[in-house]
Amino acid sequence: MLKTKALIRFTFLGAAIAWLVLVFSDITILFSDIKGLKPDIPLWLPRVMLDLYVISLYYYYKLKIEQDEGLNFTDLLWKVFATGLIATVISLAIRFILYLLGNTKFASNTLFADIIYQINLALLISFLLAAFTSWKRLILYQKSKWLIRIWLAFEFGLLLVLVYDSINIVLSEAVSATLNILLGVIAIVLSANMKWVAYLNFKQKWTSLLLLILIFFYLAYFFYTVTRQSAVISQQSTAFVDFSGHIFNLSLFAFVLTYSIFSFLVITFNLPTSSVFEQKLEEVINFQRISQSIQTEQNEESVYNILLESSVSSVFADAAWLEIQGAGNLPRLFMYRIDEQEARAIRDHLKSNNIRGVLDQGSDKTKNLSRHMSAMRGSRYRSVLAFPISVKGETIGTLALLKELPDGFNKEMTRIVSAFANQAGISIENFRLMEEAFQNERYKEELKIAKNVQKSLLPEKLEQDEEYEIAAFSESADEVGGDYYDTIRVNDHQVAMIIADVSGKGTTAAFHMSQMKGIFHSLAQQEPDPKEFMVRANQALIYCLERGSFISATYFVVNARLRKIGYARAGHCPVLYYSIQTGTAQYLKDKGKALGMIKSRDYCNHIEANEIAYVPGDIMVLYTDGITEAKNSKGEEFGSDQLLQTLLEVKEKTSREIQEHLINRLYEFSGSKEINDDYTTMIVKFRNGSKH
Amino acid sequence: MVHIKRLQEEGIDILAIIGEIDASSSIELDLTIAKSAGEGFKKILIDCSALEYISSAGLGVFMSYIEEFKDKGIHMVLYGLKEKVANTFSILGLADLLQICANKSEAKKLINALSV
Repeated sequence: MLKTKALIRFTFLGAAIAWLVLVFSDITILFSDIKGLKPDIPLWLPRVMLDLYVISLYYYYKLKIEQDEGLNFTDLLWKVFATGLIATVISLAIRFILYLLGNTKFASNTLFADIIYQINLALLISFLLAAFTSWKRLILYQKSKWLIRIWLAFEFGLLLVLVYDSINIVLSEAVSATLNILLGVIAIVLSANMKWVAYLNFKQKWTSLLLLILIFFYLAYFFYTVTRQSAVISQQSTAFVDFSGHIFNLSLFAFVLTYSIFSFLVITFNLPTSSVFEQKLEEVINFQRISQSIQTEQNEESVYNILLESSVSSVFADAAWLEIQGAGNLPRLFMYRIDEQEARAIRDHLKSNNIRGVLDQGSDKTKNLSRHMSAMRGSRYRSVLAFPISVKGETIGTLALLKELPDGFNKEMTRIVSAFANQAGISIENFRLMEEAFQNERYKEELKIAKNVQKSLLPEKLEQDEEYEIAAFSESADEVGGDYYDTIRVNDHQVAMIIADVSGKGTTAAFHMSQMKGIFHSLAQQEPDPKEFMVRANQALIYCLERGSFISATYFVVNARLRKIGYARAGHCPVLYYSIQTGTAQYLKDKGKALGMIKSRDYCNHIEANEIAYVPGDIMVLYTDGITEAKNSKGEEFGSDQLLQTLLEVKEKTSREIQEHLINRLYEFSGSKEINDDYTTMIVKFRNGSKH
Repeated sequence: MVHIKRLQEEGIDILAIIGEIDASSSIELDLTIAKSAGEGFKKILIDCSALEYISSAGLGVFMSYIEEFKDKGIHMVLYGLKEKVANTFSILGLADLLQICANKSEAKKLINALSV
């Protein structure tokens, strides 16, 4: 940036120095000529200085105008205009001073006239170069390889002409004529590049026209001034070099003028159609707004509003409404310059006439509907255009556009509004999908928490006893269940055990499970018998559980001294018991209802307690329904029979080995590591201890 | 996935449950029963002949209506339970809290007798 600024100053300085040297050398030569002396300085100096001046200024404008990305089309014209204005004002000021001086001797001095001429010429060249650089940007706005080549050829041609002018070798007339014609052709070809005009809006076009008119004025003014002055001076001195007669200056002038004229004409003829182009541009922008509204806005409502606005502005509708099928039966209406009553009246009118087309995409519904509109009394609208808005093939609403003119909608309008309606449908669909994904994500997060809670509620260590060993396993599926098992030592010979399953899944289940844990830990300490435990637990739970929730549980009290197991089954899966004496296993199907089902105090009538004696070698398998209901790929359940068989296979092993065998079997059976429910089991194997 | 069909016969609202009821689909069952009761039906039959599986949450739905229906004088009878489903009911001890019949004609007879 700093470098560019320094370069701009440097080029300007270069131009200024070149010009000063040019003026002094020119005056010296002129003076010598008038006095009839031989000038001390070479005759070519002014010409070379002019070249330097032109080249410096060319780079000055190149840096200043061409590199500035922030300029738009009217800014470019404005720059040219501003340069022209400054140049003209300076020139006019000099003219005014001359006028004040009047017809004095000084004023008619040839040398003084030459200085004035040089100033004017410098101003003209400066203005032309500014215009040249600006035109370059306009021409190359939509560049192709060929266009750039042609332009480079043109610039190179101009440079050649500039050098040719200064070296003073006069080639034959034919050569210079050919050169001129060639440059002229290229200039005209380049002038045909007017694409930028299309991007101007109506207001910008008017501004551009005005600026161009002023540019014409400057051109005319300078042309007149410079040619007149050079004519005057060349009459007085033969040594005077008429720079304006140079091919370079003329070519540059001709090019700037040609392109200005072309631009002026093209803009003028584009004026009537500019609104169409603006309309198209607006449609594109609106289209983008609809498709991007989801990212930027937060709700469906904004999509509807944007759709309504965009459609209205695209087809110049006088009024519109958007009817969206809401969550309930009541449709929501979005209005534009129409009240609800009127919208409903029109809708009912169309409905009562049994007009199809409001809801299906017929090709020329405009005509049809408009015909029906003319039959409607009390409405100022004579055209109606209606579009369905569909999400996933389901119509969720209707967009209706109204006009007071009969047959006010053409095919083009139908097409664009149809595209809008479709895009809005897609946006809404995306929005809903996003919302869904978001909800899912939140649900998953919640499940993760619930799963952690559930895991933390299960005991890390189980009570151990000389009389038995306990092994437990619990693995939950993605959807958290509410399986719970626990043990607690009541006294030195009694241990209470529980296995429970909370109905339902997710956070509620985890929450209820924690309540069950609390109940177990507080009640078991008081050494209730199994039936009493269940009755009290039920009483506590009926006030805590959510509607429709309950907990199935089996509660055991193992007495090591008496070698007895007291238990009560509250709706839980019957415990599998292997007796070493008979060599068989069976399910203990005692009666009992799940906790939380009976909301009255007569739960005691719904639960039974039982007591069995154990001998070392007996095995008790506690489990939840996730195990018996585990499914294989064919949809068959693991079942209680297979569970029993699995136990018999490893009845000699330790409780840990039995548990591992069972879980392996389950995974083998289901055929995957993915489980569809919670697998929970607690295995108690009795052995000989010293307590008995 | 579950699908629940409703049809009315002689003032009885029959809800036929087709498919499986787990924790998530139990919500639909809950809504359907609530709707039926809300429409003023006093006799509700639940056709379970196409019910393949029911989880504890599904059972919870039936259970949650027991008290409410008792208060409002609404009767609900289930029929056509498959063995597996019936087993789930009986393990949890729900079998004797709910009115369960083998088939539709029995269920109709029972519900008409109860409503007298």
